[in-house]
Amino acid sequence: MFRGILEGMRQTLRSFFEKPVTIQYPEQKRPVRARFKGRHVLKRYENGLEKCIGCALCAAACPADAIFVEAAENTDERRFSPGERYASTYEINMLRCIYCGFCEDACPTEAIVLGDNYELSFMDRAASIYTKDMLLEPVPAVDKLTPQSTPPGVFTRSVPEMKDPED
Amino acid sequence: MAVKMVNLTIDNHPVSVPAGTLVVDAAKKVGIEIPVFCYHPKMDPVGMCRLCLVEIGRPMVDRATNQPVLEADGSPKISFGPKLETACTTPVSEGMVVLTENDKVSEARKDILEFILTSHPLDCPVCDKGGECPLQNLTMRFGPGESRFLFDEKMRLAKQVPLGELILLDRERCIQCARCVRFQKEIVDDPVIGFSQRGRALEIVTFSDPGFDSIFSGNTTDICPVGALTTSDFRFGARPWEMNAAASLCTHCPVGCNLTINVRREARAGGRDVIKRIMPRQNESVNEIWICDKGRFAYHFTESEQRLTEPMMRKGSELVAVSWDEALQAAASRLKKAGEKTITLAGGRLSNEDLFNLCQLTSGLGGQYWMHGTMGGGDLLAQVGVGQGTNLGEFGPGSAILVVASDLHEEAPVWWLRVKQAAERGATLIVASARPTRLDRFAKCVIRYAYGEEVETVTSLVPEYKTDVSEAICAGIQGILGAENLVVFFGSDGLGLEGTTALAAACMELLVKTNHFGRANNGLIAVWPNANTQGAFELGYRPAADLASRLAEAQVAYIAAADPAGDDPALAEALRKTGFIIVQELFMTPTARMADLVLPAQAFTEREGTFVSGERRVQRYYPAVRPISGPRPDFQIAAQIAAQLGFSLEERLASLVFQRLSEAMPDFAGLTYQQLAMVEEQWPLIGRHDLYFGGTGYDNHQGLGVQLKPAAQRLEPLNLPDVPELPPLQAPEGAFLVVPITCLYDRGQTLLPTSLLHERMEKPAIYVHPKLATRVGLEDKQSFQLVLNGISTLVQVIFDENAPEGAALLPRSVGVPIQGPALAQKEIVSG
Repeated sequence: MFRGILEGMRQTLRSFFEKPVTIQYPEQKRPVRARFKGRHVLKRYENGLEKCIGCALCAAACPADAIFVEAAENTDERRFSPGERYASTYEINMLRCIYCGFCEDACPTEAIVLGDNYELSFMDRAASIYTKDMLLEPVPAVDKLTPQSTPPGVFTRSVPEMKDPED
Repeated sequence: MAVKMVNLTIDNHPVSVPAGTLVVDAAKKVGIEIPVFCYHPKMDPVGMCRLCLVEIGRPMVDRATNQPVLEADGSPKISFGPKLETACTTPVSEGMVVLTENDKVSEARKDILEFILTSHPLDCPVCDKGGECPLQNLTMRFGPGESRFLFDEKMRLAKQVPLGELILLDRERCIQCARCVRFQKEIVDDPVIGFSQRGRALEIVTFSDPGFDSIFSGNTTDICPVGALTTSDFRFGARPWEMNAAASLCTHCPVGCNLTINVRREARAGGRDVIKRIMPRQNESVNEIWICDKGRFAYHFTESEQRLTEPMMRKGSELVAVSWDEALQAAASRLKKAGEKTITLAGGRLSNEDLFNLCQLTSGLGGQYWMHGTMGGGDLLAQVGVGQGTNLGEFGPGSAILVVASDLHEEAPVWWLRVKQAAERGATLIVASARPTRLDRFAKCVIRYAYGEEVETVTSLVPEYKTDVSEAICAGIQGILGAENLVVFFGSDGLGLEGTTALAAACMELLVKTNHFGRANNGLIAVWPNANTQGAFELGYRPAADLASRLAEAQVAYIAAADPAGDDPALAEALRKTGFIIVQELFMTPTARMADLVLPAQAFTEREGTFVSGERRVQRYYPAVRPISGPRPDFQIAAQIAAQLGFSLEERLASLVFQRLSEAMPDFAGLTYQQLAMVEEQWPLIGRHDLYFGGTGYDNHQGLGVQLKPAAQRLEPLNLPDVPELPPLQAPEGAFLVVPITCLYDRGQTLLPTSLLHERMEKPAIYVHPKLATRVGLEDKQSFQLVLNGISTLVQVIFDENAPEGAALLPRSVGVPIQGPALAQKEIVSG
């Protein structure tokens, strides 16, 4: 019996001098894994145009029915995304979302990506609905905000020709 | 007439079908799907897409003996062709053996699909058809996994070509099946689109001005097997799988086309249900699978911002919003005081349930109820309306159709379509009208009369009165005599209440004298101005010739879904003398502005009810959207007023009102909502589970309706009215005759909120023959003050060679009030 206690104490003592595994969150944060699925981000092209074309396939794929999309038509004077169609409303209910990533898989333009952000908290249920403004990634420069005025006949394709889509 | 049956085998299933059936249709009978693109069961086959290739074998015949060659086991030896054949163009033959599932066929399908996809943009994510697209479905089911063609060699064509303001074309998506081109040419006789160029350069073009000028253009988007043709109304509206569907009826004309309303909740509408599109619902005895563009696009009034949302009462000179309780109490106390001095005026837009409760309420008070309208004769349809089981789709050789005083193309487009098709199948079509109409081309005999001679013309068609008649009428009589079945359509082209009532009596006389009544495919059909005018007649409402004096004498006028003040200045004048006006409406109409109490009613999309079509078919419509807060259904408002007065009327559900209605009305005896909701299998099979006829709206699960038996079919004695003679129409010196005509796109209250149709709407204009214009002193495109019934309105003159020389034509509901034929003058502006 004595022996057992000593064994335990030894273990305790050893751990006492080891480097602690806990970190001081939120001052300290640990990087997430490459395939971590956090809060969604709506991506943009380099020219600032939104990748999302409002096709609602993410909403169709969503097993939790967390995504809601409404589409509208682009014009060259008021262009949000390449092609004819863009998402005029894009909402994700983060309380419903199960972070499965099916929306990423369904997206034909790689517009929606589950990002690194896991720090979601709301004071009420309505705040759990993230709108398009909250989901869109920030623009690289002020002149790349959407809607943009674009030359006619350039952005005619909704779905880009992807040679080798990355995962 | 016995149809010869042919026996064949499809994938080892023995099938027996009538001779002449195509292999695709025969396969469908036994549940075998042969994929098609260009084939459509409503059109002639062309065999353009080659997707329906199957292997066909026929029994071998010994040429020497003309005997079938037998196998060793005694079965006939089958010889298969060296190549595959198209199942959509090959009619069945005796002993044929069809193979639809072997490797050769699968390989062919795969190759054809690969070819079709060589230049298809595959932009399914942004395509409005994506999700209900035959090309998508068939590629998933039969197509190759990937293409061997080079992506860079795809055709790059215009993505958005407006063919008109209603229909958009995506040139890349088109697979050149010609369904749309054939539909416009074969089915609706509007060949305004066609193919231009050849081969890979082939494209659809429109050559009308305005573009795609056809009132059936929306149907091409339904039958397009890809997303090449889409409506600008639904463009990017929603994905097909996101919408809920509700069965409904078209409320614009008496045909009663069955509709599917697709609805979705929208964030940009504040979480409200929004109607995204309207599609035809299959009912082979009513509209088959077609609807006109008015029915498809003119639904926006139901969600207009201008809708009335709260009861309003006149306090001082202003209408102020009040609570429902206060409004109902006010209405009840006024009605109680008025008692038998109450007059109820209802429009043909209301459902049977509303009309029933309104008439129960009014008769409870001892008051009188009338219908607002300028077309009579509906009571005669209760006697000799078309018999139960009538289907214009069955008309062919041996049947005759007489159309009198109606431009069906404008008044009831789907009837025009079906009458035209009946004539093409061999039915004898007789058209009697004062001016050329689109139906003349298909008629065996066209009788032209002058406005005012309608009754005379119909009477002269009665064979036994045969006197000194013209050649055209002789041909008409021959047509009627030679026909086993006869249906008479009568309308109100150039006629008012008096004229239509007399015309209906004349038509009834014709039908009775020639013994064409009381059975299926025989009888009278009225081309009413509203969807449920017939229902109002069934429930005892009649139009009143002396409505103005009746309104003027009434202490309370209870007006529902009618705008007498807006339609007729004389009635507006009369309403000024009415003690108290209650108006139950959707919009702030001129009548509502005069009212002392305005009660907001629900639109048909928010509630359920039944209509009776011109063919006396009782059909149900269902709620499509959640009602906006405030308005109540008409039947409920009437019942709630009645409750205040101490009568018990049903206010809970339309179905319960209908139950009482069917108990009270002998014509409706025994009818229930359940019966109206019954369906049976309809051919051709077109619908949701189908891979290749697209469109998720066609399926009809919610009822085909029930046609009422006219009194004659119930073997009740007829009460033949005298045919009144109409006074001849003649214009004195300095005046000219103006007659009302009906145009499809008028400026009515239910049409105006659809901005998409504004360009096609009639303007305040009269159509005048150049000769008449010279006599009166009018010039083409001139605007002038038209004095009609003492009212002066600014109208434009449009020269029309088709207009008769004796009268100018004025469309109804374009802002110039006209009730019947009237004398008009050109106002002399001094200075």
